[in-house]
Amino acid sequence: MNEEVISEINRNFIYQLAEKGRRIDNRAPDEFRPIGVEKGVVNTAEGSARVHIGRTDVLAGVKIGIGEPFPDTPAKGVLTTNAELIPLASPTFEFGPPREDSIELARVVDRGIRESGTIDLEKLCLEEGEKVWIVFIDIHVLDYDGNLFDASALGALAALTDTTVPASRFELGDDFKLPVLHYPIACTTVKVENTLLLDPALEEEKIASARLTVTTDENKDVRAMQKGKSGSFTLDEVKKIITSSQEVAEKNRKKIIE
Amino acid sequence: MGDSGDLKLIDDSGKRLDGRKLDELRPIKIEANVLRRADGSAYLEWGGNKILAAVYGPREAHPRHLQDPTKAIVQCRYNMAAFSVMDRKRPGPDRRSVEISKILSEALAYVVFTEQFPRTSIDVFIEVLQADAGTRCSGLTAASVALADAGIPMKDLIVSCAFGKVGGKVVLDLYKEEDNLGEADVPIAVVPRTEEIVLLQMDGHLTVEELNHGLTMTMDACKYIYGLQRDALKNRYSTGMDNEENPKEASK
Repeated sequence: MNEEVISEINRNFIYQLAEKGRRIDNRAPDEFRPIGVEKGVVNTAEGSARVHIGRTDVLAGVKIGIGEPFPDTPAKGVLTTNAELIPLASPTFEFGPPREDSIELARVVDRGIRESGTIDLEKLCLEEGEKVWIVFIDIHVLDYDGNLFDASALGALAALTDTTVPASRFELGDDFKLPVLHYPIACTTVKVENTLLLDPALEEEKIASARLTVTTDENKDVRAMQKGKSGSFTLDEVKKIITSSQEVAEKNRKKIIE
Repeated sequence: MGDSGDLKLIDDSGKRLDGRKLDELRPIKIEANVLRRADGSAYLEWGGNKILAAVYGPREAHPRHLQDPTKAIVQCRYNMAAFSVMDRKRPGPDRRSVEISKILSEALAYVVFTEQFPRTSIDVFIEVLQADAGTRCSGLTAASVALADAGIPMKDLIVSCAFGKVGGKVVLDLYKEEDNLGEADVPIAVVPRTEEIVLLQMDGHLTVEELNHGLTMTMDACKYIYGLQRDALKNRYSTGMDNEENPKEASK
């Protein structure tokens, strides 16, 4: 219905600050807002986590069921990721089936987890070609104050590390911890005028010309990227963003592995 | 409603499976003003239920044919998170949530002074994050706190609670096990100051005596919950911190 409107005066203010390398909330350009991670918040889920980045608030829940594997990976479990931009979280989110924003969000989170081999899917095979565990990650955005990509990716990973496969409920032996092998962390940077700002607040995200999300693993290798918005980055800027993403990912990863 | 088989839902001393007395509520915790973006919000825990409610508006009603030139419309959306129940729920609305949303909207519209905001919509969103029976009652109780938190003029808050019949006895506030095996379930919502009933549903099997007894019991429970709602709203101001104006404070 309505795009987020940032007033002209606010817009100019953010531009002017950005030129001097400053931000509306007094952060440094490469500084994240405070991050809070709370695991095990939903008893009905097999794993869950609530993540705050500043006042952005995301709840991720993992449910596990049984189903058929994909024909091309008959001996592997299945991972599906879904994100809901529920209208409770922002005046601009609408009720109804997922729109492009929530589909992009879910796919970016999914790619980070899938491409890094976060879950040992081979351990989730019950009968080759017939029966495997299916991992459903559902991301529920509760309060949208910018940078949903990083909050959702953190929430999904934290929820996975909290997950127990409920084998006994299906009479398939003892419950076991979901095998998590890697810890991919997404870091999003936006470009405002010619300044790069890490972890954009809502207003920064809205007026930015371009956005880049870089997901790196614990070996600092890049596992997924997503560029967004209609502006552009120079090659130098992309390199700079990757370096700063690696550094900050290391810090943020500690919030998940205590 | 199911068959309880050999399971004894009420023991010989008159206690329920979770140790409660027949007319005892589960623990309830309410907090107002928990979200930044919403105009009003509330978080409620009621036994194993975890519910978030948010209010946006009054704002322009969309699509425009919904607009009423004489008053605001109240649009409530009840939604369950996929992970809020044991077997994953497919995201999005289903027939049950559409029905619940409709009756909750109607109940809330009764207490809002809608005539003050013609052509607008007051949008109420209820998210069930964890479910343990009685989610519509919990959601409505939270939603009315969120409406008050948004500063929307109202006659009174709305309080909602259910009673049911379990193991042959009329009991207050069913939880999951009782809901699955009980013989009746009656969710009610009231305007506590006038004792008007704004929501009433029932399924199962009750005698008129049982129904009357249950209604009286639930009305008393609602008045108790009303106190918790008012405390939540008072606490929202007594901290002296408006989160929006103190982002540093809030991000702790």
